[in-house]
Amino acid sequence: MTPEEILQGLYDETLRGNGPAVLDLTHQALGMQMEPQSLLFDALIPSLEEVGARFERGDFFVPEMLIAGRAMAGAMEVLRPLLADTGVETIGKFLMGTVKGDVHDIGKNLVNIMLEGAGFEVIDLGVQVAPEKFVDAINEHQPDIVGFSAFLTTTMPMFKANINALQKAGIRDQVIIMVGGAPVTQEYADAVGADGYASDASATVRKAKDLLSRRRSLVSA
Amino acid sequence: MRRHHTRLRSASKEVVIGHDRPFCIIGERINPTGRRIFQEQLREGDMSAIERDVAAQVAGGADVLDVNMGVPLTDEAELLSKAVTMIQSLTDLPICIDSSVVEALDAGLAAYQGRALVNSVTAEDDRLAAILPLVKKYDAAIIALPNDHDEIPMESGKRLELVRKIVRVATEEYGIAIEDIVIDPLAMPIGADTTVGNTFFETVSGIRDEFGLNMTCGASNTSFGLPGRHALGAAFLPMAMTAGLTSAIMDARTPQIVEAVKAADLILDHDEWSGNWIAAHRAKQAAAAAVT
Repeated sequence: MTPEEILQGLYDETLRGNGPAVLDLTHQALGMQMEPQSLLFDALIPSLEEVGARFERGDFFVPEMLIAGRAMAGAMEVLRPLLADTGVETIGKFLMGTVKGDVHDIGKNLVNIMLEGAGFEVIDLGVQVAPEKFVDAINEHQPDIVGFSAFLTTTMPMFKANINALQKAGIRDQVIIMVGGAPVTQEYADAVGADGYASDASATVRKAKDLLSRRRSLVSA
Repeated sequence: MRRHHTRLRSASKEVVIGHDRPFCIIGERINPTGRRIFQEQLREGDMSAIERDVAAQVAGGADVLDVNMGVPLTDEAELLSKAVTMIQSLTDLPICIDSSVVEALDAGLAAYQGRALVNSVTAEDDRLAAILPLVKKYDAAIIALPNDHDEIPMESGKRLELVRKIVRVATEEYGIAIEDIVIDPLAMPIGADTTVGNTFFETVSGIRDEFGLNMTCGASNTSFGLPGRHALGAAFLPMAMTAGLTSAIMDARTPQIVEAVKAADLILDHDEWSGNWIAAHRAKQAAAAAVT
């Protein structure tokens, strides 16, 4: 196989969610001395982008998104240590959690998969995450973006409580804050002072990239 | 084992949910979650969409109507109270008052005439302590979800443990009659995890065999993220009914699912002499004849 064929194979098999084939091609590629970052940026990430685009068009369904994400994750287990050695940075670091009082995580987990697929490093704090736990985790991990997830109208007010806690800790402006979940709307996100909202997993990735590039262009300007 | 009957009433009509009764269809559509235009209308005090939704659910064969007014940044209590009064002027079906906000449940129950179903409480101590007194005060029935403060359990054994807790607390500490507890055994999206269907059926039959309680669930959850959702609903509900599910919160506007439920009623001997099935057939014939 030529390197081009390997990359095409990785792209196609990830799109199909064929985990064993993706892993096999990853090992083959490394055996041929291909660069880990090439596998990531020229095959895996574009493939997951295509998964997201198809999902948004209604051509792909949740199980297909899940197996594609899992296929990529298998390859990433092999590639991550190598990428770290070469000093390749992830697109950004995303800290995620379902707010206190809420134990729903199916939607959040889908978002995590798509974020990882797009090259983000995702740190998932799980469910029932209290404001002070978000503050501690931000101090520890220094993420670019923090995501609050809520599934209930009664737990959505925790967005504001979390933002207040971040403000009190003096770290509100260090991070971009995104919110989401079934009952959440753009209006609500604006009202609580979040930086971004998206209505599904794929839209979250686009919004996260967009917010991050805007933030970075501001910083460098 | 005793099998319980849950009695719901409007001012003039009683609906009985039970393991020997036809499946209770709780129409789910009167809910602004995920409906932008409906949310905006409600925020501006325009409740006309409710009228259309009620008519569609009633026409589709709903036995009870679920009413949720969870619009962010509004006074949910006031909206729910108004909606309950309005819906009771439109239909004599009993109402399932749906909110996670305690004040809204209180206002909705205060406005309601009859014996409502409350949606819902969990096994969390603070939720039980906040909601069960309202259920008692207004003589309502309650939907309870077996999840607690830490998690939504993914094994039926853990869910059954939480059902035991709910039943104990509700009956012993709050004096609620066991037949007024309706369990929602937690129907999760099968597209995200293909094991959750079997877990659901195990939980349902476990609850039926141990307590004889009535059960309901958000049926459309199960097909989330998948194509062919109506066909999936039409397969899922009869299977769940065989395990012991006695009700579902579902969209009554989908004939494919409603017909599957009615067929399962007949097959499971909940439709004496096939009376409902044949009557529905005649009604369809008459409607077709009226058109031509």
